[in-house]
Amino acid sequence: MAQVTLRKVVKKYDEVEAVSAIDLDIADKEFVVLVGPSGCGKSTTLRMIAGLEEITGGEIAVDGDVVNDVPPKDRDMAMVFQNYALYPHMTVHQNMSFGLRLKKYPKDEIERRVQEAARILDIKELLDRKPRQLSGGQRQRVAMGRAIVRNPKVFLFDEPLSNLDAKLRVQMRTEIKRVHQKVRTTTVYVTHDQVEAMTLADRVVVMNKGKIEQIGAPNFLYHSPATRFVAGFIGSPSMNFLPCRLEQAGEGLNVRLSDTIAFAVPAERVARYRGHVGQELTFGIRPEHLTEAKANGSKNLATFDAGIEVVEPMGNETMVFFTIKGTEVCARTDPNAGAKVGSALKMAAHLDHMHLIDNASGRVL
Amino acid sequence: MSAVTVESVDRSARRPRYGSMSRDRRWALRWSYFFLVLFAIFFLMPPIYMFITSLKTSAEISAATNPWWVFNPTLSNYVELLTSNQYQIFFRNSVLVSLIVVTITMIISIPAAFALARMKFWGSATLATGVFLTYLVPDSLLFIPLFKMFAVFDDWTGIQLLNRWYVLLIVYPTLTVPFCTWIMIGYFASIPKELDEAALMDGANYRQILFRVFIPVALPGLIAATIFAFTVSWAQFLYPLALTTSQDQLVLPVGIITSLIKGDVFNWGQIMTGALLGAAPPLIIYAFLMDYYIAGLTAGATKG
Repeated sequence: MAQVTLRKVVKKYDEVEAVSAIDLDIADKEFVVLVGPSGCGKSTTLRMIAGLEEITGGEIAVDGDVVNDVPPKDRDMAMVFQNYALYPHMTVHQNMSFGLRLKKYPKDEIERRVQEAARILDIKELLDRKPRQLSGGQRQRVAMGRAIVRNPKVFLFDEPLSNLDAKLRVQMRTEIKRVHQKVRTTTVYVTHDQVEAMTLADRVVVMNKGKIEQIGAPNFLYHSPATRFVAGFIGSPSMNFLPCRLEQAGEGLNVRLSDTIAFAVPAERVARYRGHVGQELTFGIRPEHLTEAKANGSKNLATFDAGIEVVEPMGNETMVFFTIKGTEVCARTDPNAGAKVGSALKMAAHLDHMHLIDNASGRVL
Repeated sequence: MSAVTVESVDRSARRPRYGSMSRDRRWALRWSYFFLVLFAIFFLMPPIYMFITSLKTSAEISAATNPWWVFNPTLSNYVELLTSNQYQIFFRNSVLVSLIVVTITMIISIPAAFALARMKFWGSATLATGVFLTYLVPDSLLFIPLFKMFAVFDDWTGIQLLNRWYVLLIVYPTLTVPFCTWIMIGYFASIPKELDEAALMDGANYRQILFRVFIPVALPGLIAATIFAFTVSWAQFLYPLALTTSQDQLVLPVGIITSLIKGDVFNWGQIMTGALLGAAPPLIIYAFLMDYYIAGLTAGATKG
């Protein structure tokens, strides 16, 4: 059980900065997910916490002790790798007990811990098998078991589910969450999959180009992204971004998307945006906040007509695509809304959930 | 109606000539067997001839009879050789030299390969290439300078290494260590990086990673290297010929030649017998470890 603190941590490969001066506080028992596109520095950050990569600058502390120079074996952390990295010549039992045997734990203690971990992960009947006799999901469990038996200060996961098929991935995701709820070990988890990040994390750290874009609880990131990158990265299908212009309209403000489409900014946001009148901005709205117009009486709804170009029925909902001034827009409609290719549909934008983004800085206003 | 006929005619005219998989396979097999038999004959003829000759008396060898047939088979060559004190000394020297050289080679090569494959230090890649280049220098270039070095060493220190069987323990590893290191670098490099990182996280130091993860995982490669080192030591001819001369210091390949050829008298029966018996140990080792050897040499082709 431990806190992990990163202070101005930098990693350079020759002259290329893979991670630039990131700060991160991970609380005891917290499940933190680092998420971002490939090459954003998330894996490097994890490996620096593990001690597998030296850090170029800054400091990493565990429970207040700086561990910059502490070798991985003395950091008391356990790591789960993407390709499992099980020792091929050892049985599952030997794989799981390897760390404890190296540390010369008494035999009965080792046995107790292995059995306990096997029980948690439901792999008791696999203990005598070799890794090659296991399926992908089973190997992943063993890799987690190897981490659990050590009872380390911190769990590190490096894209642990990327090698599994879609169905198994969802299953193991739940499994990881369940295990964390049982053992409550501080966990740092790296993934490029925002769904994994959202579902697992207490807090999500969104990284891009070696920098942290935003840190926050999953729902907070979803509803209040700080930057255009976060807004676009979190959520699936991703947020629609449309070029727009902020105009004065009497007392209020209008967001003009095209000659024919302009939305009135909700009254409670007028003060927030007033300074940007006349600027070219980006209007962001998630597909689920663009629906078919229906009389449900909620305020801040703006309706407009859209010429439907593509219809994707999903069963519980139907995705429709149309363009506004050359930009493709995705919207989620009720399957019974009657969206047909080539026909017009009256759409409603839920402006309580709109975002305005400054083009130059990429920040959400 | 007519349209249908036209169409069917058209289709048959355009139908491509399909090959036959079974026919292709039959042909491939035929050629394979043809060459296999050809090469089997080519490579097995000499040992068979040796075996036939070893069963003959000197009189029968020199007689103008069919050389491929034994008219009066005798085991006297075997009895004489195996009871001869000299042959036993050659054999003992060969066994000693080979086993110790294999041991030395493994003790040097395994850690060297591990270091070169895994611990990225300054110049490690250059060093790895250098190791291999060393192996490419032929022994026929090296034996004279080596001889001179041992002679000078003797002058300076008074320790005589020339004409002692154990001088070969210093010389043979110059052949075996580079090659074994090289193939083990390849083998270790094929072990996924995450495996040692996992061991590092589990609390292992480099020594434990090597002994408890790398050596067991790379065992087929190690066995291949061992066999290679043994074969090279066992069959090496030039170095012992140059560096040892006394009868009691000779190893098998040189011993057979020098003791069984007296001037221009070739004791063919015993030469063949000695060579056959000399070839036996590597043969036995190959037979037992063949599967490992092949697995080792083809490692890295697919991830094991």
